[in-house]
Amino acid sequence: MTDTMTDFRKDLRDWLEAYCPAEMRDGAASEETICWGGKDWVFSSDAQREWLNACVAEGYTVPTWPKEYGGAGLNRDQQKIFDEEIARIGARFPLQSFGIWMLGPALLHFGTHEQKLHYLPPIARGEVRWCQGYSEPGAGSDLASVQTFGADAGDHWVVNGQKIWTSYADKADWIFALVRTDREAPKHKGISFLLIDMNDPGVDTRPIKLISGASPFCETFFTDVKVPKEQIVGDVNRGWDVAKYLLTHEREMISGSGMLQAGGRPLGAVLAEGDAGLEDATLRAAAMRCEVDQLAMGLTLERYRDMAEAGQGAGDASAMLKYLGTELNKQRHELMMMADGSDALEWGDRPADWLRTKANSIEGGTSEVMLSIISRRVLGLPA
Amino acid sequence: MSVKLVQAEEEVMLADMARGFLDDAAPVSHLRALRDAGETHDPALWAEMARMGWAGVLVLEAQGGSDMGYAAANVIAQEMGKTLVTSPFLSTAVIAATALRQIGDARAEAALARIAGGEVTYALAVDESAKFDPNKVEMTAEADGNGFRLNGTKQFVVDGALADRLLVLARTAEGLTLFDLDAGAAGVSRDARAMIDARDAARITFEDVEATGADVLGQVDHAMDVLRPALQAGQAALAAEMTGLAAGAFAMTVDYLKERKQFGVEIGRFQALQHRAAHLWCEVEVTSSAILNAGRLLDSALEDAAMAVSLAKAKATQTAQLAVQEGVQMHGGIGMTDAYDMGFYMKRARVGAEWLGDYSYHAEQVARYRGF
Repeated sequence: MTDTMTDFRKDLRDWLEAYCPAEMRDGAASEETICWGGKDWVFSSDAQREWLNACVAEGYTVPTWPKEYGGAGLNRDQQKIFDEEIARIGARFPLQSFGIWMLGPALLHFGTHEQKLHYLPPIARGEVRWCQGYSEPGAGSDLASVQTFGADAGDHWVVNGQKIWTSYADKADWIFALVRTDREAPKHKGISFLLIDMNDPGVDTRPIKLISGASPFCETFFTDVKVPKEQIVGDVNRGWDVAKYLLTHEREMISGSGMLQAGGRPLGAVLAEGDAGLEDATLRAAAMRCEVDQLAMGLTLERYRDMAEAGQGAGDASAMLKYLGTELNKQRHELMMMADGSDALEWGDRPADWLRTKANSIEGGTSEVMLSIISRRVLGLPA
Repeated sequence: MSVKLVQAEEEVMLADMARGFLDDAAPVSHLRALRDAGETHDPALWAEMARMGWAGVLVLEAQGGSDMGYAAANVIAQEMGKTLVTSPFLSTAVIAATALRQIGDARAEAALARIAGGEVTYALAVDESAKFDPNKVEMTAEADGNGFRLNGTKQFVVDGALADRLLVLARTAEGLTLFDLDAGAAGVSRDARAMIDARDAARITFEDVEATGADVLGQVDHAMDVLRPALQAGQAALAAEMTGLAAGAFAMTVDYLKERKQFGVEIGRFQALQHRAAHLWCEVEVTSSAILNAGRLLDSALEDAAMAVSLAKAKATQTAQLAVQEGVQMHGGIGMTDAYDMGFYMKRARVGAEWLGDYSYHAEQVARYRGF
């Protein structure tokens, strides 16, 4: 077993040496450096294209997915080695997408074999870009009250309604959406998880400009859109099960990934670069407190990962990781803005990133929703 | 090499065993009874702990100990914290034992054997002002013939009024030296103080107390070689105790939220309280991670554990104080009464916050390790 692992690491190291272009080893993970894929994707460099193609050939864009669906079929131990080796050379993710993060896991869990064969390989190859259609103007935290309606028309549904906060919907090829298919049933029991082609007639999308100046989110409108009956994940009216599964998955992802990796650099070093430096006693004290909390949070993420590996799932505790992780990230950016003073008031990465963090504790379930989940499901307080 | 932050099966068993024993032998009512009787120590309880191997948790089996390690000591301390168990565990089984472990001579081994057997108790005398700072020592140990003559005053010597022996930090010619003295030695006067947490702490005056070279733990002028690991082990176990305390206060509070009715419903239905309780649970969880990590590092690489220990003590101090403040507030008026246990939690949390370094001290240590 150990020998097999050593071999795997060695082979992987050789492969990375041969196939990961030098430009792709800068550890960059910002919005501009991400390769999202999709029909209209324009590679930012030859290296980005080569790196994607090399990974696709080995199944390394989705290393843990089964080989028949475009993955490399890595087990947990191999995945750990894979992550370590990628981190060791600072390789960028070859491909990131909502297909990989969200639809893939949903299909792997709820999809039929035919659906997996049909939808997963194009995601793994970066050929189809997906977006998520959950929230609506009237359904934010109360997500289960979605009103976008799919009327039964025999072999298809006719979908009408509006989604909001659909990330990169203007650049996506397909959308997975929560659509009400039974208005009479209790709200959680009348929703279906539908897959819709963004090029279908009647689908219309419009970017929303945010306070950070960026427009990563859109409004998406559906007017008499025909959705064939086979484009459903899970059973009719049981889409909430899929959504719930994905929300937990998303929470773990938000708390565990990019946002907290930014916490890897000590706050003291970041603040020392600002004009206020660490001479401001109030700022320094606040930074120390934030640093203590961040380190303890990092250990908690590590503990939950170790627990998952030992077969003890995080379950509802993912709400804690999401809540604390995002709140800390906001605090961190507040402190960085304070440290930079008026320098940070001119448009640039710092204020844009700071403003972006304000969404952390809203998207994927607000902090307040997380606290309510903990209070009910972990503490057992009455609803 | 990273350490696994999952409780091992034997740690879970140890916690269960400790819980079972303490629920029976030392619930909060035990501390209350001691306080009401004007006492700070229950020798029978300590003897029982020694029989279970707790006094010798850090003593090698060859010397009669159970040698379970630092993470295990934290597990025991955490369970003690849940019901505010008062015992010489931290001062004797953790701090003194860790100091003596650094020595390795026959005399230290004999002392460790006596600790494991529950035959001797220790107290650590470091503080000379209201804030912990082991480098701020004015007490002197002047060379005198073949030995030393100690003069000075120590305060907040936890377990100091009743301990058999004192570990005393004093200034010598070229630095600081740690002495292991008989608490009854001539010139030692102990003044037991009435502490808010109803436990033993003393002001101790040393007037021309004579010590020999054999009373020095480790090397003259190099106290920190021995004291630093002892402090770290003590700080980690105290942090564990305070995390247990926070968990205990939190459990009481959640139970109360489920049963107390106002406006015709359980107050736990009110979102204003639900969210505060949920936040507190998150803090206890996060703090538990820091405790587990500190224990793992103490066991695997004692010399690299400094930041992990300070992180644990800072976080546990903060969380315990949040837990007792929220505890009293969410209980309302009854939380203010002496008849109810929450006040005991609040008072111990305050003492634990100060002992061996407060939040500021340890956050500052963390910041230093993080390059602030």
